[in-house]
Amino acid sequence: MFEPILLKRASLPRSDAIDVYLANGGYEALRTALERAPEELVDTVKRSRLRGRGGAGFPAGLKWGFMPKDADIQKVLCVNTDEGEPGTFKDRELIEKDPHQVIEGAIITAYAVGASHAFVYIRGEFFLGVKRWTKAIADAYAHGFLGHNVLGSGFDLDMTVHRGAGAYICGEETAMLESLEGRRGEPRIKPPYPAQRGYWGLPTLVHNVETLANVPHIVLNGPEWYAAIGTEKSTGPKIFCVSGHVYRRGSYELPLGTRLSEIIFEHAGGVPGGRKIKAVIPGGASTPLLTPDRLDTPMDFESLVEAGSALGTGAVIVMDETTCMVDVARRTARFFAHESCGKCTPCRIGSLRIAEILEGIEAGRGREGDIERLHALCDGIAGHTFCPMGDALVAPIRSSLAHFEEEYRYHIRTGHCATAA
Amino acid sequence: MTPGLHAEQDPAKRAMLLTALYVAQEQYGHLSPEAIKRVAERIGMTEGEVVETATFYSMYHMQPVGRHLIQVCEGLSCHLAGGAEELLTYLQGKLRIKPGETTADGEFTLVSVQCLASSGSSPAMRINDTLYENLTTKRVIMILQERGGG
Repeated sequence: MFEPILLKRASLPRSDAIDVYLANGGYEALRTALERAPEELVDTVKRSRLRGRGGAGFPAGLKWGFMPKDADIQKVLCVNTDEGEPGTFKDRELIEKDPHQVIEGAIITAYAVGASHAFVYIRGEFFLGVKRWTKAIADAYAHGFLGHNVLGSGFDLDMTVHRGAGAYICGEETAMLESLEGRRGEPRIKPPYPAQRGYWGLPTLVHNVETLANVPHIVLNGPEWYAAIGTEKSTGPKIFCVSGHVYRRGSYELPLGTRLSEIIFEHAGGVPGGRKIKAVIPGGASTPLLTPDRLDTPMDFESLVEAGSALGTGAVIVMDETTCMVDVARRTARFFAHESCGKCTPCRIGSLRIAEILEGIEAGRGREGDIERLHALCDGIAGHTFCPMGDALVAPIRSSLAHFEEEYRYHIRTGHCATAA
Repeated sequence: MTPGLHAEQDPAKRAMLLTALYVAQEQYGHLSPEAIKRVAERIGMTEGEVVETATFYSMYHMQPVGRHLIQVCEGLSCHLAGGAEELLTYLQGKLRIKPGETTADGEFTLVSVQCLASSGSSPAMRINDTLYENLTTKRVIMILQERGGG
């Protein structure tokens, strides 16, 4: 039985309060970190092989290493709390239940890369999260963990909360920077990467909440301890959010590499009514779906790519045999069409056309050639958009067409759904 | 904060735009032309620039909304888990409005949204800044009554 690391305090009464955090080992990692040289911490995180938990899985230590070393250059840390990937609710849980863990991770990270300001960009809808985080930051200031001369170390760090205002795309790091600067959240072209030119042109490190939550544990227990959790290339614990057709929906913190079947059947209790699984989205709505023959896939970055999908945010959405796959695709396409920022045409128009065709098929207005049109639209979007959102939209649609083409054809031919019969 | 690349405006002021829009929305109820004008003056932007940014974000209301803005999650996870459609149908019947509409007395606006990060605790809805999860019809009736919509 795996003992939770990131969620170990989450079940305590008043788990968000600073005194509870301090009484349970809180801010010890910060004291340890401040006694070390920043470059030593970068090395520690590199050796832990921690990878980003926001979806891309980029090695965190490498990202830290991209930040300029020159002490004269002002640098910025951004805490990406714009959790919006459908099916994902881990960051919300982390900031509502244990905000100090993330703050401590952010302070250590800022110290390691020499950032003097940390912006918390939080999804506008997270009202409780904003409240919890604002209070936690104020308490951290009062205890000398933030502000001028942190714990007498000579290191200065300010942290401020910025609310987003309802835009999925702002989870993309450059769109978030635009939004932080008070603009429309439209992604920037890369390069330059944020580490070169980010917030108002300053070198900026952007990290997901869950990624930062790992940092204090790595500092306290050492990189070897951390790297022993999970697999060779996907180290550490991961919070898997399980939703859809399972008995016990919720978040489960398990080592990376835990088999999908174990998460669904042992932890989430399996599928109600003894029904069979038809498909599983393993990493949030933008990841390709998996068929039941892939249920033994270990949930880590490499194994999921081999299985034809991706770990994404680790949001597992289970669909049983009663699920209409055209309906699932339509909902997914509608979401992306709504959230397309509009900056580039393939995503803006392509997502809309895909949603319209799928709506037509579902409503019994499917036409001969619709499947080919969907493929052509996907081909026109994939790889042709400014930011990863185009690929995020195409991946679930393509995989749905690949695995369930017969179901689409049945819909088009008969005007109704085979599963609803 | 030291200005970086985009030095055409006061960065500190421009960065306050999203916050200023929230404040204006709270004061004026929605982002009316007067509200936009006020924000533009305070930040030092044109009204057009303010509108350009505000309309990008779904949480800013360019039109009046009800005193209670009800957002029902219709995301994939909530749909699969069941109850989301029923919740929306119930509210439509109770309030006699369709999604996107406001009751004649200006009290309630009903909208359907995608993923409130409550996938583990659906059905879910938000009314203004309060999130309600694991909803049952009984609880929805109570919540509406508390808000004068029973």
